[in-house]
Amino acid sequence: MASMLLNSLRNCPVCPAWAVQSAARSLSTTVQLQAQVQTKSKKTLARPNVKNIVLVEGVRTPFLLSGTTYSDLMPHDLARAALQGLLHRTAIPKDVVDYIIYGTVIQEVKTSNVAREAALGAGFSDKIPSHTVTMACISSNQAMTSAVGLIAAGQCDAVVAGGVEFMSDVPIRHSRKMRKTMLSLNKAKTLGQRLSLLGSIRLAHLSPELPAVAEFSTSETMGHSADRLAAAFGVSRVEQDEFALRSHSLAKKAQDAGLLQDVISFKVPGRDIVSQDNGIRPSSMEQMAKLKPAFIKPHGTVTAANSSFLTDGASAVLIMSEEKALAMGYKPKAYLRDFVYVSQDPKDQLLLGPTYGTPKVLERAGLTMSDIDVFEFHEAFAGQIMANLKAMDSDWFAQTYMGRKSKVGTPPMDKFNLWGGSLSLGHPFGATGCRLVTTVAHRLQKEGGQYGLVAACAAGGQGHAMVIEAYPK
Amino acid sequence: MAGVRAAGVFSRFANSKYSLLSGHASRSLSVSSSVAARTHVSYELKDDVAVIRLNDPTSKVNTLSVQMQAELTEVMGEVWSNGAVKSAVFISTKPGCFIAGADINMIQACKSSEEVTSLSREGQKMFEKIEKSPIPIVAAINGSCLGGGLEFAIACQYRVATKSRKTILGTPEVMLGLLPGAGGTQRLPKMVGLPGAFDMMLTGRNIRADKAKKMGLVHQLVDPLGPGLKPAEERTIEYLEEVAVGVAKGIANKKVSLTKEKGFMQKLQDTVMGLGPVRKQIYKTVSDKVQKQTKGLYPAPVKIIESIQAGVEQGGEAGYVAEATNFGKLAMTSESRALIGLYQGQVICKKNHYGTPEKEVKKLAILGAGLMGAGIAQVSVDKGLTTILKDTAVDGISRGEQQVYKGLNDKVKKKALTSFARDTILSNLSAQLDYSSFKSADMVIEAVFEDINIKHKVLKEVEAVIPPHCIFASNTSALPIKDIAAASKRPEKVIGMHYFSPVDKMQLLEIITTDKTSKDTTASAVSVGLKQGKIIIVVGDGPGFYTTRCLAPMLAEAVRVLQEGVGPKRLDALTTSFGFPVGAATLADEVGIDVAAHVAEDLGKAFGSRFGGGNVDVLKTMVEKGFKGRKSGKGCYIYGKGKKDKSVNPDAEEILKKYKLAAHPAISTDSDIQYRLVSRFVNEAVLCLQENILRNPVEGDIGAVFGLGFPPCLGGPFRFVDSFGAERLVGIMKRFEDIYGNQFTPCQLLLDHAKNPSKKFHK
Repeated sequence: MASMLLNSLRNCPVCPAWAVQSAARSLSTTVQLQAQVQTKSKKTLARPNVKNIVLVEGVRTPFLLSGTTYSDLMPHDLARAALQGLLHRTAIPKDVVDYIIYGTVIQEVKTSNVAREAALGAGFSDKIPSHTVTMACISSNQAMTSAVGLIAAGQCDAVVAGGVEFMSDVPIRHSRKMRKTMLSLNKAKTLGQRLSLLGSIRLAHLSPELPAVAEFSTSETMGHSADRLAAAFGVSRVEQDEFALRSHSLAKKAQDAGLLQDVISFKVPGRDIVSQDNGIRPSSMEQMAKLKPAFIKPHGTVTAANSSFLTDGASAVLIMSEEKALAMGYKPKAYLRDFVYVSQDPKDQLLLGPTYGTPKVLERAGLTMSDIDVFEFHEAFAGQIMANLKAMDSDWFAQTYMGRKSKVGTPPMDKFNLWGGSLSLGHPFGATGCRLVTTVAHRLQKEGGQYGLVAACAAGGQGHAMVIEAYPK
Repeated sequence: MAGVRAAGVFSRFANSKYSLLSGHASRSLSVSSSVAARTHVSYELKDDVAVIRLNDPTSKVNTLSVQMQAELTEVMGEVWSNGAVKSAVFISTKPGCFIAGADINMIQACKSSEEVTSLSREGQKMFEKIEKSPIPIVAAINGSCLGGGLEFAIACQYRVATKSRKTILGTPEVMLGLLPGAGGTQRLPKMVGLPGAFDMMLTGRNIRADKAKKMGLVHQLVDPLGPGLKPAEERTIEYLEEVAVGVAKGIANKKVSLTKEKGFMQKLQDTVMGLGPVRKQIYKTVSDKVQKQTKGLYPAPVKIIESIQAGVEQGGEAGYVAEATNFGKLAMTSESRALIGLYQGQVICKKNHYGTPEKEVKKLAILGAGLMGAGIAQVSVDKGLTTILKDTAVDGISRGEQQVYKGLNDKVKKKALTSFARDTILSNLSAQLDYSSFKSADMVIEAVFEDINIKHKVLKEVEAVIPPHCIFASNTSALPIKDIAAASKRPEKVIGMHYFSPVDKMQLLEIITTDKTSKDTTASAVSVGLKQGKIIIVVGDGPGFYTTRCLAPMLAEAVRVLQEGVGPKRLDALTTSFGFPVGAATLADEVGIDVAAHVAEDLGKAFGSRFGGGNVDVLKTMVEKGFKGRKSGKGCYIYGKGKKDKSVNPDAEEILKKYKLAAHPAISTDSDIQYRLVSRFVNEAVLCLQENILRNPVEGDIGAVFGLGFPPCLGGPFRFVDSFGAERLVGIMKRFEDIYGNQFTPCQLLLDHAKNPSKKFHK
């Protein structure tokens, strides 16, 4: 009922956003566009002889600023909490799941296959194989699409995918020279050899090596690149602060309204029960304006307030073939449809993944921007989002760098990240992807839309986009 | 008049307020409509900041030409008289260039040193006004900021520069035999300290933006941007302007400080430099070093030191006067003319005069992974050419690949390259033992052993596998290309590409065409050479082509001189004091005694007794004993592990004693020995022009200086004849001819020039 109402609203021909868009487009597409105004380009993305793959449930631990309540845990503890939350929500038998995949970026060396450790710790059957993937900020997207692939190929029917990131503790190594000495020490046979090795240690060898936040290929930190990207697209400091403020305000609203249903409560050993994200801090433009640039000094525009913060958190989703889900009596939340991965210049276009991914995935699905009811884009930096929006709105960019005939267009802001985003909710690198997909599913249910779009950028100049279709009620 | 201008400014002001949003289109409109007469300099107001944009529409680079200076003065007058302007920004809208320097033609047009001095004084005055500007001026630098351009920038109150690779700052005047003549010698020491200023002005080296910031040459850096809604470079310049305007406003309302808090080390250094005796010691050390390096042949460094010293010790005015006077003196020296000639020749030799090749060479194959082959591979992969390096043995390939890796890795160590970029570059290299994938090669350069039979063998092998359009180039130093091409099915695709060792350091490439070489083949070879960053001369075919042919008689004479009992050390001293960067004996060791013997014998056969002099058997005996030069550890000298320690090889001296000749006292003074060596070189060069091996004297000079180390202060053999006087040279040669015969017979063209003093090789 609600969806019918919304549909008719969308069909309203005087909706100003449409008017602007169709005016800006060339004549030939206008005709097509008007057809879209009335109905979706496609009733469903279901295809004959292609398995329908569904999202049954998605949960996440509260996302916390790193160094807060989670600080004494280990990464697999967080992943375990997310898995247990999923088990609890879905009540799925612990041996029905065929496979478990987790995404993570900064790996704890003791649990390099964190998926396996977390699965065992969460009480899943030890007969379920698990592996860990890494693809920077789209690691859990990769976990989910790997799951989709396993199901589509008929290898599995039920797969748990998830992601975890734990920034409260990161592996800090000895310097290379020190490591070399220590390894040689292992092999040294005589006391003399050992002493001479020990004697070769210099003070400088003791300086530790931190995990790099910089791109390996360019040695540029992501914040620096984001600042340059914002400047390249002429995104002002005010625009960025406004967007960040929007993200925090919307997140706060969603949190207060109880919309963030994917968050599970987590009893941290020795601490309180955590049941809310703690990075949501709506501030004022004046307050934000006071901050100094964090990366490019003194004239940069990216600050701590308009960037996503270091976050601890984990997420998990249950993905199944539609048949299996229905057979088990589940009511799926959404179909996971077409997806793409893209990659581009890691120096000057590091964070433009959404710009490249969006038109490509829409094309695959046979949809246009106007078919999408719910947008969930990963907000790495406010400047990065604004730059992507400008790039998506530029014919010149589309033609010159993407080899496309015209721009894809920008998502309308009244459909965009309405429950907050990575800037406010937090961004545990490996876990964000699942949050985006689950949020799209929940928003589609809540808002009554049919199609949702997830897009995200990632280090290495890569990106991802996925189309999600609401499960009929 | 002023009223009209002011009104114009205000109307533009109103315009620009709105154009901030709508961007470029309306801005350029407002400028073009208001200042139609000015073509090089334009300005607009952004709030209370005057943004002054430089762009010489007639050239690829901005220079401080008469026109540019006149318009600048005019614009500055308007800006200063406009009360609404609180600060200003200088920026170039030309991609990759702020101001590349003064206009050389302007200096060359002067007839007397007084004229040049007054030019310098004018420049000094103009920059003094900028330095004392009532409103702060920010120089926004993207691209080359050299010579006069840098002097201009350092007269401004603040400097913002992009971190672009193209952004380089420097005072290269010394390389043209001049000095920074518009206040540079006076301002730089204050800005970067005495040692830094000496280093900059005496070496003329380019300084990248990040280094410039560390030295205190620029205040703030701006990152180059990638593409956005406009091309990267265009947007970067805009961004630089935005930042500079922000800084200018900040300085005007005192939010940005012009004086930097000095660190402890800085203070300490200032205190030490404040001591008279310390400074005196520095002048002395620097002067000694200059004397040692230039052997007194280059006047510019001395004058630079003099000018700096005058300013520091006697105060501003004396310094400026010294700078201008010395600038005038230097501009009239033959050394400066020679160096400017080389600079201009080099510009000419960095162009492709043979048109665009029909098919661009994208895949290059190199035969032989020796020193030369690997060197060619290094400069090729470096520029993005897909390169195959082929050898016949695994050892050879391994050594060759290591050489390429080391060459690139040395750049990483110097931070000129990131390790990641090194790896990406190396991915262009494929080292292999067979001819696989030669079928897609566009060009093959052979660098195999110098033996005509081996060359023929590989040529045939290669022609069996390469596509029809593929060019075959031979990197031989003496074998005539037509002899090599004789074995080819398609001689029009055969060409000579003579590289110099070490390939990554030596700038010259000598391209040799035969009668049958097609123009397109030449165009391709030149285009590849240019891509490899080479300065290129194209010469006709013949034994030794141009460069080897000039060098051979000089080396033959060197051997004779050695046989006459002049030791290698003295020989080296005599040649370097004449201006050669490397002494003759050392050069022979570097080239390789075996190569020298080979060339001497080959060319001796081809040219007869004219190429005689020293006994070839000296070289042959040395080779027999294993004294092949530096590569074998022994030649004229013995080479130790350290690079510096080398002592005369006593066994080689033994051999020389065996072949001892009596020196003729009449022509064995130091100066006679020098001219015996040089005149044979020069005469052979002129003969090459006479025989059309050379197309013009410019290429002859460039080839001799960049390939063989002919004294740069003399500008090359042809400029040397012009400045020394052909008649005088012929006179000297005749004296030698009387004793040694035809080796010193001046060629016809040289005689023609001697007869008619108005005949010059260079205008």
